[in-house]
Amino acid sequence: MTATAPAITFATTKPESLWGKARKRFFRHKLAMFGLVTLSLLIFVSVAAPLLTPYSPVELDLRAIRQPPSAAHWLGTDGTGRDVLTRVLYAGRISLSVGLVSVSISMLIGIIIGSIAGYAGGKVDMILMRVTDMFMTFPSLVIIITVAAAMGPSVYNAMLVIGLLTWPSIARLVRGQFLTLREQQFVRAARSIGVSSWEITFKHIFPNTISSIAVAITFGVANAILLEASLSFLGLGVQAPTPSWGNMLRDAQSLNILEGMPWMWLPPGLMIALAVLSINFIGDGLRDALDPRSML
Amino acid sequence: MATYILRRILISLPIILGITVIVFMLANMMPGDAVLAMISSDTPLEAELIKLRQGQLGLDLPLYEQYGRWLGNLLRGNMGYSFQTGEPVFEMIMRRIPATLELMGFSLLISVILGVTLGTISALKQYSALDYGLTLFGFTGISIPDFFLSLILIFVFALKLDWFPTSGMVTAGEPFSWADNLHHLFLPALALALVRTAVFMRYTRASVLEVINDDYVRTARAKGMTEFVVTARHILRNALIPVITVIGINLTVLFAGSVIIETIFQWPGIGMMFINAISLRDSPVIMGYVLFSAFVVLIANLLTDVTYSWADPRIRYE
Repeated sequence: MTATAPAITFATTKPESLWGKARKRFFRHKLAMFGLVTLSLLIFVSVAAPLLTPYSPVELDLRAIRQPPSAAHWLGTDGTGRDVLTRVLYAGRISLSVGLVSVSISMLIGIIIGSIAGYAGGKVDMILMRVTDMFMTFPSLVIIITVAAAMGPSVYNAMLVIGLLTWPSIARLVRGQFLTLREQQFVRAARSIGVSSWEITFKHIFPNTISSIAVAITFGVANAILLEASLSFLGLGVQAPTPSWGNMLRDAQSLNILEGMPWMWLPPGLMIALAVLSINFIGDGLRDALDPRSML
Repeated sequence: MATYILRRILISLPIILGITVIVFMLANMMPGDAVLAMISSDTPLEAELIKLRQGQLGLDLPLYEQYGRWLGNLLRGNMGYSFQTGEPVFEMIMRRIPATLELMGFSLLISVILGVTLGTISALKQYSALDYGLTLFGFTGISIPDFFLSLILIFVFALKLDWFPTSGMVTAGEPFSWADNLHHLFLPALALALVRTAVFMRYTRASVLEVINDDYVRTARAKGMTEFVVTARHILRNALIPVITVIGINLTVLFAGSVIIETIFQWPGIGMMFINAISLRDSPVIMGYVLFSAFVVLIANLLTDVTYSWADPRIRYE
């Protein structure tokens, strides 16, 4: 006997996808939009720096030392006659790339360790989490300063040190997500029909952790920029003559410059604050869009 | 409770051992030769002399033996001696810790009072102009680097307005007085506190919003209590429990932040000692400080958990 299925007409408009809803929520978030525009602008002027300014960020001009802002030098010049605006723009390249590269390193380590611990559970989880605890027991700035001093100060070491020492919180986050997700019905169902662990991890569990990871990446970049600035300010990060926002502020350690020549140190400091603020706004928007349950 | 604390300490033992290994390895990565650093550059470098001094310091032994000696001494309370001054590291830390504690304590006080008050106001007036203003302040607070904030504070309040001294803990050459000390303390404490204020404010706001519509709050209002009593005794008492954890976590951040603040304001605490040791490659002092900072974190975590279980009777650690 063949049963003819009753004709059901489906609504022709497709229901909005989860991602579509999230995207809408994100683009409605005013602060996030402000952050996105500001950050894009910062990235643009840093990348286009050679086109925007006629000066070199590193060459000295001893005829133009410590000049206050003027038509020729919009933000004045520093102690060796270099144009401050030029240096601020070029410094953006360094500071933003240190942020991006170090976060990529810490995400990679954090995600690998977190997902192994969360998926495997048991003894493996125990051991990996004790190691994570160990790294978390040092105040991050203290251990970063120490390792940076041991490795010798340079841009690459700054990226490496920040990346290698900020993964524990990511590992914890990913592990937590894996622990909850692997007990869920859809994972059990996949396991029951013989899907391999590898496939379950990458096809079923990992996509569900992406929202939280995206939010963590955003705040991670903000944090990494602040850490690089602190390191370079202490002379343990990016080295002169290469400008970074942090090492440009080193000049302000002299009270003379601090008091009499604010054009040398205010702009790089404001750039750090602006960049970090924009990224934090974006992070906040992402969190509201991707994870509406969380309060903060 | 006592058994709980004891158990927590016992559980931490392997972590502490792991920490000592990490710290020891770090110290050995430090470039620069301690012996060469001690010999002034004018003295002709006698290979024999260097060898002798290395032997005295135990630097010619294999690494695991050096670690064993170091750990053995550590257990007896001997953290080694500064390469620079020959002073015992333990005493150096103990002598400087009161200054750091004063700075941290005062900052914590400012940030908790300000953060909780502003966060509560922000939540009670949700979606008002004041709420948006405070939220914006909160974002700025967590985005501004603390050393840049310090420079601005020095620039405005010490150099331009001349209200506060730029650095130090007391006026040099004058007998110690608390008024003078607090006068010096204000700017660094404020610089250290503002970032934390923003964090505490955000968490308090979220936490207050979570309980503000609960039944017991409505009941309290229905009983005719004044808004102040409702806020202080009913809302805050419950809303502040999760904030305790946040404060606990931030003790660590406060400790790390004091490194930079102390350096900028020349506040003679252990943070400044650490940065000086870093620039002089004085590895016993560096090791001592890093180890000490890990203990601070462990103790702060323990304190947080204990306070939490005391504040929230639903949570009891057995």
